[in-house]
Amino acid sequence: MTNSRGRFGIHGGQYIPETLMNAVIELEEAYNHYKDDPDFNRELQTLLNEYAGRPSRLYFARKMTEDLGGAKIYLKREDLNHTGAHKINNVLGQALLAKKMGKTRLIAETGAGQHGVATATAAALMGMECVVFMGEEDTKRQALNVYRMRLLGATVIPVTTGTATLKDAVSEAFREWTSRISDTHYCLGSVMGPHPFPTIVRDFQAVISREIKEQMQEKEGRLPDAVLACVGGGSNAIGSFYHFIEDENVRLIGCEAAGRGVSTKETAATIATGSLGIFHGMKSYFCQDEYGQIAPVYSISAGLDYPGIGPEHAYLHDLGRAEYVPVTDEEAVEAFEYLSRTEGIIPAIESAHAVSYAMKLAKELGPDKTLVITISGRGDKDCAAIARYRGEDISE
Amino acid sequence: MSRIREAFTNGKAFIPFITCGDPDLETTKRIVEAAAANGADLIELGIPFSDPTAEGPVIQGANLRALTGGATTDKIFDLVGQIRQNVTIPMVFMTYANVVYSYGAERFCQRAHAVGIDGLILPDVPFEEKSDFDRACQDNDLDLISMIAPTSENRIAMIAREASGFIYLVSSLGVTGVRSTITTDIGAMVKIVRENTDVPCAVGFGISTPEQAAKMAQASDGAIVGSAIIRIIEQYGKDAPEHVGAYIRQMKDALRDLR
Repeated sequence: MTNSRGRFGIHGGQYIPETLMNAVIELEEAYNHYKDDPDFNRELQTLLNEYAGRPSRLYFARKMTEDLGGAKIYLKREDLNHTGAHKINNVLGQALLAKKMGKTRLIAETGAGQHGVATATAAALMGMECVVFMGEEDTKRQALNVYRMRLLGATVIPVTTGTATLKDAVSEAFREWTSRISDTHYCLGSVMGPHPFPTIVRDFQAVISREIKEQMQEKEGRLPDAVLACVGGGSNAIGSFYHFIEDENVRLIGCEAAGRGVSTKETAATIATGSLGIFHGMKSYFCQDEYGQIAPVYSISAGLDYPGIGPEHAYLHDLGRAEYVPVTDEEAVEAFEYLSRTEGIIPAIESAHAVSYAMKLAKELGPDKTLVITISGRGDKDCAAIARYRGEDISE
Repeated sequence: MSRIREAFTNGKAFIPFITCGDPDLETTKRIVEAAAANGADLIELGIPFSDPTAEGPVIQGANLRALTGGATTDKIFDLVGQIRQNVTIPMVFMTYANVVYSYGAERFCQRAHAVGIDGLILPDVPFEEKSDFDRACQDNDLDLISMIAPTSENRIAMIAREASGFIYLVSSLGVTGVRSTITTDIGAMVKIVRENTDVPCAVGFGISTPEQAAKMAQASDGAIVGSAIIRIIEQYGKDAPEHVGAYIRQMKDALRDLR
């Protein structure tokens, strides 16, 4: 689906300063070399299995299914991976690639902190230096993850520019990469940014849909009727969708963060409220004003609090192959509490957006259908923030 | 000869960068007039963007102040139209791809040309992506300015061959901002440029002192200064025009005797 210049339909591309062009070209060449290299793939597979704990479980949520009285609900348990989220899939791949390229230093952006923790983890494992950029606002919302990163040996730099959230962390990581390229790999955490990042990250996350497909064959002997995942930049979603794109009977549903609602300004639902633009290295959909100024978006979820969406999602939207639906803070918090109570699984507040929409969809689809929700991460990191949302002040 | 070429016929060119609307549009007008009166050969006018990823803290601050003050692309077109009544030196817009793309490249370039703009610098549009913009620029007599960086290496010749107006040589890795030293071998980059085009090239990023400007211009055709000027504007606000004028006179004087 990628052409030679990293386009997904009209989306994608490489809108970056000239200073970085040879760096992304070098990365593309290295990736094209190693992606089919048996030794590289063996090494990565060993890391994924032995270190990250793959394959992740596809769990039949019996109580939730019975309670809702609709479609059979399966949960793809990316929350059970080492470091507690899907982010490790991509990071192990990129860190290994960076190491092969002779890089000794990883930099990363992080929103909720999960990608930062995963990058710090891989850096510790592989003996690399690590610097993580995180919006100052997010360092407060996700103080526990800041501590985890430091514990793992990473330097965390709070970003105070702009809205001090994920988009500003991405901007700052790009600025840092521009100033130090030769020993540094920018370990981008989502299917966004300039080519080849959307392709590399998607390929490393595609393990999710590959496993779902096999596991559904084993358990149900057929494909699911729908696959749901939350979408910020969109890495766990594209990973969950990728191997089903050709299976046109499988509905692919990305759940965006509507924040306080798509009719308010306090939203991060890009497909619902955004328009075509060029930002952070890519052409895609962005929340922006009439003059192209990027909007200060909002979501309770630090990981979905981003004004854009990856170019392949923009293309799947254009094609009508995937659906993108907004889910509000309130709906996500209710789903967060529901899954915790009903299945004893505390999902990340990001993943709870997908759980929320799945609860509606399960009833619509009815009992003879099946759906899969990717639980992209675990919710321990969110407990203090959700308690605060419910008016309860707990100290971590 | 395009008006931009004329900027390089008066010895080594001095090119100041100013963010439109910092601290307000009226002051920007007076700063530009002061710059032109004190020896600027070409002026880069920044259209502020919410997320200027190629800028260091100083110019980020200018973007924020301008947007907070209510500057918009349309208001800036009107401003340039007024400035053009008194200022004859070439002026180019410096902004980010999304500002132009969201306005519509064709519509943007038409208006830019109509108000007297001569070129466009888009730091997040490299050679490979210029097709989104170069047609609209050509149709409206705007030069789309190419940038060459210390990391460009094997790409310099390719970029130089398709360059128009002038070439913006990025002196250093990283983002815009004042630097105490510049270590890149500018002469080696210029040599490759010269082998491939007769389009003039000016060096920017990190220059603040007359000595640095002279050194960079000696090796090329001119010097571009942004952050050092923005700092003066930040310090003096509405009183900045005379201070910016004095600074520019001093910088241009340092280039005047170079050959």
